[in-house]
Amino acid sequence: MHHKTLVELGAGLRQGAYSSEELTRACLDRVAMLDNQLNSFITVIEAQALQTARDADARIRSGAAGPLTGIPYAHKDIFCTRGVKTSCGSRMLDNFIAPYDATVTQQLNAAGAVMIGKTNMDEFAMGSSNETSFYGPVTNPWDSETVPGGSSGGSAAAVAARLVPVSTGTDTGGSIRQPAALCGITGLKPTYGRVSRYGMIAFASSLDQAGPFARTAEDAALMLGAMAGFDPRDSTSVERAPDDYTGGLNNSLQGLKIGLPKQFFGEGLDSGVAAAVEAALDEYRKLGAVITEISLPNSQLAVPTYYVVAPAECSSNLSRFDGVRFGYRAKDPEDLEDLYKRSRGEGFGAEVKRRIMIGTYALSAGYYDAYYLKAQQVRRLIREDFMRAFEQVNVIMGPTSPSVAFRLGEKSNDPVTMYLSDIYTIAVNLAGLPGMSIPAGFAADMPVGLQLIGNYFEEARLLNAAHRYQQVTDWHTRVPQGFE
Amino acid sequence: MEWETVIGLEIHAQLATRSKIFSAASTRYGAEPNTQACAVDLGLPGVLPVLNAEVVRMAVKFGLATHSSVAPRSVFARKNYFYPDLPKGYQISQYELPIVHDGYLDIEVDEDTVKRIGITRAHLEEDAGKSLHEDFHGLTGIDLNRAGTPLLEIVSEPDMRSAKEAVAYMKKIHSLVQYLGICDGNMQEGSFRCDANVSVRPQGQEAFGTRAELKNINSFRFVEQAINYEVERQIALLESGGTVVQETRLFDADRHETRPMRTKEEANDYRYFPDPDLLPVEIDPAFIAEVTQTLPELPEVKKQRFMDDYGLSAYDAGVLTATRELGDYFEAVVGVSGGLGKLSANWVMGELSGALNKAGLEIGSSPVSAEALGGMLRRIEDGTISGKIAKQVFEALWAGAGSADEVIESQGLMQITDSSAIEDIIRGVLENSPKQVEQYRTGQEKVFGYFVGQVMKATQGKANPKQVNELLKKMIND
Repeated sequence: MHHKTLVELGAGLRQGAYSSEELTRACLDRVAMLDNQLNSFITVIEAQALQTARDADARIRSGAAGPLTGIPYAHKDIFCTRGVKTSCGSRMLDNFIAPYDATVTQQLNAAGAVMIGKTNMDEFAMGSSNETSFYGPVTNPWDSETVPGGSSGGSAAAVAARLVPVSTGTDTGGSIRQPAALCGITGLKPTYGRVSRYGMIAFASSLDQAGPFARTAEDAALMLGAMAGFDPRDSTSVERAPDDYTGGLNNSLQGLKIGLPKQFFGEGLDSGVAAAVEAALDEYRKLGAVITEISLPNSQLAVPTYYVVAPAECSSNLSRFDGVRFGYRAKDPEDLEDLYKRSRGEGFGAEVKRRIMIGTYALSAGYYDAYYLKAQQVRRLIREDFMRAFEQVNVIMGPTSPSVAFRLGEKSNDPVTMYLSDIYTIAVNLAGLPGMSIPAGFAADMPVGLQLIGNYFEEARLLNAAHRYQQVTDWHTRVPQGFE
Repeated sequence: MEWETVIGLEIHAQLATRSKIFSAASTRYGAEPNTQACAVDLGLPGVLPVLNAEVVRMAVKFGLATHSSVAPRSVFARKNYFYPDLPKGYQISQYELPIVHDGYLDIEVDEDTVKRIGITRAHLEEDAGKSLHEDFHGLTGIDLNRAGTPLLEIVSEPDMRSAKEAVAYMKKIHSLVQYLGICDGNMQEGSFRCDANVSVRPQGQEAFGTRAELKNINSFRFVEQAINYEVERQIALLESGGTVVQETRLFDADRHETRPMRTKEEANDYRYFPDPDLLPVEIDPAFIAEVTQTLPELPEVKKQRFMDDYGLSAYDAGVLTATRELGDYFEAVVGVSGGLGKLSANWVMGELSGALNKAGLEIGSSPVSAEALGGMLRRIEDGTISGKIAKQVFEALWAGAGSADEVIESQGLMQITDSSAIEDIIRGVLENSPKQVEQYRTGQEKVFGYFVGQVMKATQGKANPKQVNELLKKMIND
């Protein structure tokens, strides 16, 4: 049953081949049996999940089921869930039980999806390897010595290991696409403003965007359909109805114009990854696409720009974790300053502190113009690069990550090298565009991800391009050893 | 050396919305601590602010009423600092691009002098919560009911030169925001409060002296006291060879002094940056036109109209337009009286204001209605009662005796205008006062007043004084 896609499972549920309770039980059993190897879950909610599943079964029997009704899923531990711990991967929130549901949580509840637990992640989504989590690293199902990517490492590993058919993630600089690539699954970061950020613990507000993990583009389309939409509680969500993400999946790609940014194929790109991406592009040619080289001249500025903007926003967003109203509080503070210093000093991990300090510095009097303001100007240039490119092409493609999954500990003492693993994904967040990663072969026996970047609100076009590719390839059906 | 005082004010007016600036929680005053603080006000992880559209409308009203520019695009920024009653660790405010800027307000310094005070800017922001230090035995309590309450911070140019001018300006703003219906003006509850930037410089010097910012001033009296104290302190310091340091000082209302709170060096670096959770506020000319339609008649316009329509002096018109309620009351009196502007002004500003002051009442709770007062003025005008008797009628009205006509009727206060009746009384008075008549006839004209008094006494004040005067003059000389 665990090899079935969401689409197949949904059909089985509606046909009565099995119940949601049985399906949920099967997922919970698999988590219990296999997750000690992966550490992909922080919290598993067995009793509550089974109750939700029984409710979904009743709904299915009543004929009111939607495509997600009764489908088990794993929820990144960054989304607030009423009554269930929401830790954000941090000691700071190890004791935090949200009194409310995030909008995305509500939407998936309303669709009848069954949350079985909350997944591991880099602390406050800051990391590219899932090694900064207070709950320990997640390992890659393809090789337990390597990282699953991050920050949504738990959600990606859980889907890759067939513990759940789908999961949720968030992507601030590549945190859905990079782990999807490293774990060999499909991940989609929608246009900024497409999915509500309400109840999603903020890392960098102007970049954060939630999206789904799945094994196929078709499953991702169904998940996005449930997650997308305008939310009056999020001023940055866009007042525009979601598109039909499944209706056009089979559209022909004849004449589709694909742009390859020459800057994405230069120095620093692993040759095995490059070869896999080239082979994937050949498939697109066979499907009728026309491929041209384009230029994103400011793309080399994306990483430094991001590492001013994101820390600046996070330094402010994380100020609310002060030990006063919720979360970790240091024992026996001497006075207010001691309360602040020790609660934050003990509650946050090293990477979070590093980014708070970078951001605080970048916003300080006398430095603001040189760093934050300059970064915002460069951000506009990066966006304009993309706008010019989309005058010529429909979709931009390239590698998701410069290498396959790296070894645990390999980059954790070298932040700059770690930051460079998001070199192809970060510009997309700075521009607010939708992006996807889909499995596109292997290099050194590890999965390679192909990145698809679309114009604003063109998620349906990306899903169409991904789906057609998955119709003629089988990379997305490969199962890591030990998880068959 | 002669010193000149330079003052600029930052006024915080709480906007009179039902819900908070970025959440749906109520802004009602006086609820149990933390009962009006929702997830957004508490700054829980994941929550987001959503701007209350009403505050934008209110800020635009203020801008239009102060001849200010309304920015087509203004931006909310985060002011970052840690404090227990600041839940998010930052205050959402407007920094580089405020919604309202570059306006002015004219104040009446005295009966003859009008002064123009520049308004640098007015911006929207959220209030913080309150730290409660009493009743917690060495601990601090936090009440977040006030967190997220909308404020309009109104920043003046350093155009005021005395505490008196500062108070006049503050009163004018206080009156204006209530006219506009954007603030209840309640200073006890903190709905209207102010910080004052105060410096002194040698008379004739152009450069400003170093300023101190006085915080926590919540009454007109305290503004005056705090500024006067601070000016004396700075002058004494400078004259004894010292220097003023730039610092924030707290006004202590009990001890009537200001105390240092923090110096410039200790000041926070607030690390302002645009709040990425909120979109810029965009205001188009159509919206401004729509808000313009909803503006009430403004105090300055009303004042001019009172002068033109009722022949009032600038001073009287200024007093009567100080609050919207007083102006409305006055006009209601004029209406009932049949257009007696000057007389209405005299009574409203005289007897009525005096009685209200003495009783500690506002015009809105006056025991004498505008109908009753106007009705009485009509009886003065048509000669039914004299001005003197009117005071007696007014007292009865104040005590709740119904209409003026009822009082006049029941107490028999109708004026005596029958000449022959008055002549009879005069005759009697003259007969009973031969000595005074003798004095008068030998040139001591002062005793004339004595006869008038006797006549009025005999008629219990009901004789028409003008008639008494005329008849008495004629008869005494006969």
